[in-house]
Amino acid sequence: MSPEMKGFILVSVIKLLVIFTALLVGVALLTLMERKVAGWMQNRPGPNRVGPFGILQPAADGIKNFIKEETSPAGASTALFMLAPAFSFVPAMMLLAVIPLAAPLPLTFDFTLPLIGRVVHDGLLPISIADLPIGFLFVLAIGSIGVYGIALAGWSSNSKYSLLGGLRGAAQMISYEVAMGLSLIPVLLLTGNVSFSEIITKQQAGLWFVGPLFISFFIFLVAGFAETNRLPFDLPEAESELVAGYHSEYSSMKFSMFMIAEFAHIVTISAMVATLFFGGWDIPFTTWDEQGGLAQTIATHVAFFLKMFFWIFFVMWIRWTLPRFRYDQLMSLGWKVLLPLALAYIMVTAGALWGIERGFGWTTPREQGFALLGLNVVLGYLVFFILDRGRVVRGVGSAGRPVSVAGEG
Amino acid sequence: MAIGVKVMERPTGDVSYIRATLKGMALTFKHMFQARVTLQYPEVRSSDDWRIATRWRGTHRMLTDEQGRSKCVACGLCPQICPANCIKLVPGEDEAGNRYPLIYEIDEFRCVFCGYCQEVCPEEAIHVGVHYENAEYSRDRFVYDLERLSAQVHPVSTLWDPTDPRGE
Repeated sequence: MSPEMKGFILVSVIKLLVIFTALLVGVALLTLMERKVAGWMQNRPGPNRVGPFGILQPAADGIKNFIKEETSPAGASTALFMLAPAFSFVPAMMLLAVIPLAAPLPLTFDFTLPLIGRVVHDGLLPISIADLPIGFLFVLAIGSIGVYGIALAGWSSNSKYSLLGGLRGAAQMISYEVAMGLSLIPVLLLTGNVSFSEIITKQQAGLWFVGPLFISFFIFLVAGFAETNRLPFDLPEAESELVAGYHSEYSSMKFSMFMIAEFAHIVTISAMVATLFFGGWDIPFTTWDEQGGLAQTIATHVAFFLKMFFWIFFVMWIRWTLPRFRYDQLMSLGWKVLLPLALAYIMVTAGALWGIERGFGWTTPREQGFALLGLNVVLGYLVFFILDRGRVVRGVGSAGRPVSVAGEG
Repeated sequence: MAIGVKVMERPTGDVSYIRATLKGMALTFKHMFQARVTLQYPEVRSSDDWRIATRWRGTHRMLTDEQGRSKCVACGLCPQICPANCIKLVPGEDEAGNRYPLIYEIDEFRCVFCGYCQEVCPEEAIHVGVHYENAEYSRDRFVYDLERLSAQVHPVSTLWDPTDPRGE
């Protein structure tokens, strides 16, 4: 093995350890944050007993879950019952591996380690575990594996509540994945690439995509909520109907795995929104962050973290604002509103891009960005005017006709 | 659809979804910065604007006379009126002909805390009290005998006074 290869593996292992450790600790703290935010929004202080301001609450929860009894329901399909938490946990973790967390770090070293030998690294080090050229295709592919965790957990538990939760989860995630995938096509059209680092570069050169592709952003955000099974789309675990949905029968650490997976999904979706539509690690109104260096890497990571953190907070904010959808409302929103909207938006964007390039001859990202921004202001107004009046969302509101009860005796 | 259920037609055309959501979000955000209403319970048990009601009906208490004997004369009215049948009374009589309870037990688990025993008592002996912290490690500790009922020191409930219906 060449010294360069060894250097690559060494930095990759270090990145793996650092990022996954940070993610797991962050997820633990997010459970606390969620309870704190929930408390604050209900004029309560939230957990404040374990440690200062309740900061050790996640640790207490973790210890509790570790020492609790593992139960296995009678008639459960044991192998799948054991596998299901892993199926939902692992993809959730994997998703964050491809998202660039900061500007690439110029890193040069050349030294000899005992047992390993000479390790060399030269050039830019991307601050993501793997800077995959297939970027978000990977995210879409791995993200859809998460549905197996929920479906298998529901089926293998041998419980009606779990089964219903699992079925709902599977149906919901597959439905919204369609809209989610389609909402990203305009991003592809505008970048001409699927790798995250290219998408960020394009946004640095032009505008953050939230402006030029506002409808995409909106669809992606709504579909992202559904993908994470968060309120208002948490029907798979609707506790008022299904006890706890697909994880009714799980206890101790296996239940914890589902919790970690859910929060890891929130992190991923927030990171995706920040990366795809808010410039990733880009610091706006300056080109200083693109020069490369340790200070730039740290500063851009702070910028990325703040963006991601806002969207994490946004997810919790929505949770304590909106009530849960009814199941048919959920399905009609996904299939009758978001999917046609995403399809139409692809066509409009593609047509507009063609017109902008051929008709006006604007080819730089900035010109295209501003042209699409203008288009989106108009489109956004129209779409939200129609959505807001419930003309498209008839199914979501109500079919409208009072049911005739006269002949039913 | 169940028979006879009236289904309201919603004004779908006038309903605003986006604005309603944004309004709701503004509301929840505003609440994050409002004063907390939580009482830090074990340390703080009452505040300026909240105290446990004087009409609270909690753990029973048997009042005693100056010699430390219970006021109960074992008339049998409280077990008679008790709707939950949680009072066990075995009357006794001393040489002077005074009746007193040989056994007086209240099962706090069965009790529904209606306060009838206090209302019916002619001697003002048994009372429900303004007290709610009675956790124990075993179930039989919830059967309070005469000695334990007499040893309670919490204030007794004022019950409902028809002349002062709002407790002012």
